[in-house]
Amino acid sequence: MMEEKHYCNPDKIYVSVKAVFYPDGGCKPTAVIWEDGREYEINRVTDIRRAASLKAGGIGIRYTCRVGNREVYLFLEEDRWFMERKGTG
Amino acid sequence: MERVILHSDLNNFYASVECLHRPEIRNKAVAVCGDPAARHGIVLAKNYLAKESGIQTGEVIWQAQQKCPELVVVPPNYPLYLKFSRLARSIYASYTDQVEAFGLDEAWLDVTGSTHIFGSGIEMADEIRERIKLELGVSASVGVSYNKIFAKLGSDMKKPDATTIISKDNFKQTAWPLPASDLLYVGRATCRKFARWGISTIGDIAESDPLVLKARLGKWGEVLWSFANGYDRSPVVAMGEESIIKSVGNSITTPRDLENNEDVLLIIYALSESVAARLREHGFKCRTVHIHVRDKNLFTFGVQGKLLRPGNISNDIAEKAMALFRSHYSWAHPIRSIGVRGCDLIAADSHEQLSLFTDEEKRIKQEKIEATLDTLRCRFGHFSVQRAVLLKDRELGSINPKEEHIIHPLAFFKGGKLP
Repeated sequence: MMEEKHYCNPDKIYVSVKAVFYPDGGCKPTAVIWEDGREYEINRVTDIRRAASLKAGGIGIRYTCRVGNREVYLFLEEDRWFMERKGTG
Repeated sequence: MERVILHSDLNNFYASVECLHRPEIRNKAVAVCGDPAARHGIVLAKNYLAKESGIQTGEVIWQAQQKCPELVVVPPNYPLYLKFSRLARSIYASYTDQVEAFGLDEAWLDVTGSTHIFGSGIEMADEIRERIKLELGVSASVGVSYNKIFAKLGSDMKKPDATTIISKDNFKQTAWPLPASDLLYVGRATCRKFARWGISTIGDIAESDPLVLKARLGKWGEVLWSFANGYDRSPVVAMGEESIIKSVGNSITTPRDLENNEDVLLIIYALSESVAARLREHGFKCRTVHIHVRDKNLFTFGVQGKLLRPGNISNDIAEKAMALFRSHYSWAHPIRSIGVRGCDLIAADSHEQLSLFTDEEKRIKQEKIEATLDTLRCRFGHFSVQRAVLLKDRELGSINPKEEHIIHPLAFFKGGKLP
């Protein structure tokens, strides 16, 4: 089988994620470690659905998370997590 | 009861998936092209901006670049397209289990039985489009009709991201004015004939005398007439059934033109090995071998012949394929691409009539050798063990048809049979 190519995009940031995996399947991310190494706790996951990210260029399972008092999207793409870079364009 | 059939077509599929993943090229003319070094250098898909400059699918790269010098050419990423195709199908599957794929980017859905759950065909079509846009980041056109032919026609009428309805009440206004060539299975040759008889639109086909069409075009004449009138009754082949394998084949456009029987032998061995290995993998034997040859002027033909007995051994398949080739090709031109297919499949473990006149022991030995080869290749890679003949020409011998996937759309009528 051919290898799937990966794409480089400055607005797509792959991040480390801490998560709880449930015994009946599924998982909930609990914290994100941003590219600068800082860790942000996820207070609440308010929505989970398949979605595309036009900004980051990709698709996955989108977790809508509350971090502090901000709402952010966290995408699970196969076995990697990515986020959209804020504030540009 | 009138059926409700949807045909969903992912717009500019390969190019849309690439543009989603590469935001930097979204506002440029983009063409997904094969690898020119391997002589697959043609346009496989393009986005709307590329289409505006007149670029056509199937064109060679330099032609496309002449039309549009700033064209962004990207290589295809089949595994990603397969993933998107699978995800689209899982969206369809939430509306019906009757989904028939037509290539990676198109599918028919029979949603007749789901209308009391999800609403009308149009509502489902709109919802599917919306979900494809949100979940996959690409767009789809959906045709809604009471048969497969008009549903497909509908999905081609308005692009991108639109729903088109062709109903029993409006098909004469919507479908009939369209050019005859828009109808599925009206190709260039048929179109030329139609033109000669003064048939230019789908309506013209519909209003012709079916007996005359049949006399002139054979059985297809009548079929096309029934398509044009909306009489198509062919079912949407349900999921699962569709996966039943009808034949196993591989074809390849070779890195250089094939000049003589030795070249062809080499390729036929490589292809037959792949076909045989895949037959074994799926637990089949084939009774018939089919070859397909295209010369460098793109003249194409196919012939098939029966094996003495069903088999999945590469030698048997290769020898049959080579015999077919020798008796049907006179080397008018060098060859550009060649394909080998095993069809008429039976389960490998079914009972078979032994022959008094073949050496059974030798045959069993061969089967064992091939099984051993499968194991070796599985553990140490495809090129860990090879036929000596493939070493004669490194360029041709280094192709691996089994793992380099070649994607073909499924035949509309399974097995090429008329309805």
